[in-house]
Amino acid sequence: MNLFENIRIALRALAANKLRSGLTMLGIIIGVGAVVALMAIGQGATSGITSRVQDLGTNLISVSSGRSFQNGGAQSQVLYYADYLAIQKAVGNAAISAPYFQTQANVINGSVSATYEITGVDPQFLVVRAYTIAKGRSISESDNSSEARVVVLGSQSAIDLFGGLNPVGKQIQVDGISFSVIGVLESKGSTGFGSADDLVLIPIKTGYNRLFGGRAVSGGKQLLSGIALSAIQSSQIDFLVTKVEYTLRKQHNLTLTDNLGFIVLSQNQMLSTLSTISTTLTALLGAIAAISLLVGGIGIMNIMLVSVRERTREIGLRKAVGARRNIILMQFMVETLTLSVFGGLIGILLGWLIALIVSASGLITAQVTFSNILLAFGSAAIIGLFFGIYPAYQAAGLRPIEALRYE
Amino acid sequence: MIEVEHLIKVYRVGETKVRALDDVSLKIQDGEMVAIVGPSGSGKSTLMAILGCLDSPTRGTYLMDGEQIEKLNDNQLAHIRSHKIGFVFQQFNLLPRTTAMENVVLPLLYDGVKGKARQERAQTALQIVGLAERMKHKSNQLSGGEQQRVAIARALVNNPSILLADEPTGNLDTHTGAEIVGLFQRLNREKGLTILYVTHDPFIARHTNRIIHLEDGKIVGDIRVEKPLEAGTPRTDDILSTVGNQIEEGARA
Repeated sequence: MNLFENIRIALRALAANKLRSGLTMLGIIIGVGAVVALMAIGQGATSGITSRVQDLGTNLISVSSGRSFQNGGAQSQVLYYADYLAIQKAVGNAAISAPYFQTQANVINGSVSATYEITGVDPQFLVVRAYTIAKGRSISESDNSSEARVVVLGSQSAIDLFGGLNPVGKQIQVDGISFSVIGVLESKGSTGFGSADDLVLIPIKTGYNRLFGGRAVSGGKQLLSGIALSAIQSSQIDFLVTKVEYTLRKQHNLTLTDNLGFIVLSQNQMLSTLSTISTTLTALLGAIAAISLLVGGIGIMNIMLVSVRERTREIGLRKAVGARRNIILMQFMVETLTLSVFGGLIGILLGWLIALIVSASGLITAQVTFSNILLAFGSAAIIGLFFGIYPAYQAAGLRPIEALRYE
Repeated sequence: MIEVEHLIKVYRVGETKVRALDDVSLKIQDGEMVAIVGPSGSGKSTLMAILGCLDSPTRGTYLMDGEQIEKLNDNQLAHIRSHKIGFVFQQFNLLPRTTAMENVVLPLLYDGVKGKARQERAQTALQIVGLAERMKHKSNQLSGGEQQRVAIARALVNNPSILLADEPTGNLDTHTGAEIVGLFQRLNREKGLTILYVTHDPFIARHTNRIIHLEDGKIVGDIRVEKPLEAGTPRTDDILSTVGNQIEEGARA
C-alpha cells in the first residue's frame, strides 16, 4: 500500500470523527496562537522602543545636569551656558551641539490657556534632534541674536492651542509676553518618555533676556537644562563622550577621581539600557506563552492518548483484516501530522490576527517573526506526534486479539 | 487444509495460570463446514483466535496448507490473515461512521488492490451477501443482521481459503441467525469455502457437517453430522434433543 493510499485512510478516519479531530486541533491552535501572538507583542515592544530612541536623532549624545545611576549617585552639578561654549570648542567639527533650557510657563491663545514646558533653544537644536518643519519656518540665527519674540510649536501643541487652524503668523501670550508663531513641527509620535510633539520652542537668547528671568540664572551665570550633541561620525561617539566629560571636569574643577555630577549619555548607551528592559519584558511574555503552549500541549496529549486508546479495537480490527504494524503506525503518524499541521497553521493565523488587532489598537506594533512561528509550530507538532504515535505504537504491537478485546 | 497438534494456550491471570487450551489436536479438510460447541470458558474462542492467526499458541504446532504458522513473525502473520483467512466476529466489528462499502474495501486496501478492481471485488462480495443496494449506508444505519453480512462480505473479499466465525449469530435474533447460517451453507456448497464457526446453540451447530465439542480446553467430542439441517428448518424441541443426544454420544465415544 502506498503513502497516498495511507493518507486517504488517515483523512477518512479524521473526517469520520470531526468533533474529536476539531478538539485535538483546538489544543494546538491555542498553544501555537498564544506563542505567536505574545512573542510578536514582546518583539514589537522591543523594536518599537528602539526605533523611537533612534527617532530622537542620529548619533546623539545628551548632556544634562543631574545624578546618574552610572556614577554612583554623585552630587549633581549645575550646567552653565559657558559649559556649552567650552564643549562646542572642544568637539569642534566632530559634532553639532545645541544647548537648551526648559522651564514651565503659561501659554494663552485667546480663551485657551495651558501650562507648557517652554524650551529655549539654539537653531541647531532642531537639526540635532532631527525635527522637521511642517509649516512656516524654523528658528534662525538672527532670531536668536536679535532676541526675537518668536515661537515654534510642536504638532500636538499647535492642535491644542489652535485646534485645526494654521497657527503660523498668529500671536500667543507666554507668561503675559506676546510671541508670534513662525512654524509648526512635523509629528514624531510618542517616544515612550512623554510626547515629543507638545513642544513650545523659543530662541534661547530671547528666553534668557525676556522670559526666564531669575529661573535661568545662578551666581550671575546663565543656566542650561542640557546640551544635545550629534556626532558627525558614529565611530567617534565614544571618543566624544570622553571629551565632553573631560571638558566638564575641567570647567567645574573636578579631578578624575571625583564623581562627575552630570549625565553624559550616548544613544547607544540609552539603547542598551532600554533593550535590557525590553528583553526582560519579552522573556516574561515568552514565559507566559510557554505556559499556554504547555497547557495546549497537555490538551493535545490528553486527547491523543484518549483517542488512540479508544481506537485500540479499531487497530485490532485493522490488523485482523491484514494490516501490518508499520501501516498502522503510518496511518496514525499521518493523522497526527495532519492535525498538527492544520492546527498549527490555524494557530499561526490566529496569533497573527491577535498581533494585527493589538497593532491596530495602537499600543504596540506587534511583529510576527519567522523564528517564533517555527518555534511554536515545532513544539506543538512534536508534542502531538509523540502523544499520538506512542500509544498507537503500543496498540499496533499488541496481538490483534488483545487489541480487539481491549476495553 | 488445517492441522493443529498438541495446542496449548496458557493465560496468566494475576498469580494463577489458566489453561485455555489443553493439548488440542485437530484436522480440518478443505471444503468442510464445522461447528465448535461447548460451554463458556471451554476455550472455543481461544481456539478460533489461534486458528485465525489473531493469537499465537503457548505450545504446539499449526500447519495451514503445509505452512508452519506458529513460526511466523508479526508481518508474515498479517500476510496470512490478509490472504488465507476471513474472520467474522460476534460484535461485527465494523468501523464506526463508515459505509458498508468502505468496510468491505478495507482488506483490499491493506493488500494493495487498486482502483477499479478494488471497487468491483467489494461490490461482488456485497452482492454475495445480498447487500449490493445498501453499500452506501453507514454501519449505524444497518440492522444487526445486515451489519453481520457486511462483516462476512469483508471476510470474503480477499477470497480466503477458510472462513472463521466466532459466535456469528450470538448477537442476532434466531430468525436473522438462521439467515446467516443459510449464507454460510450457501458459501460452503456453492464456492467450496471451508467454514468453521463457534456457537453455543446446538440448533445452529446442527447445520454443519461436523461438530467439535470442547470442554475445559480439551476436545471431548468430534462427530459427523449425517444429515445437516437445511437453513429455514423450524426450530423444534424434537430436533434440539436429537442434536443434544448426538453431541453426548460423541462425547462418550
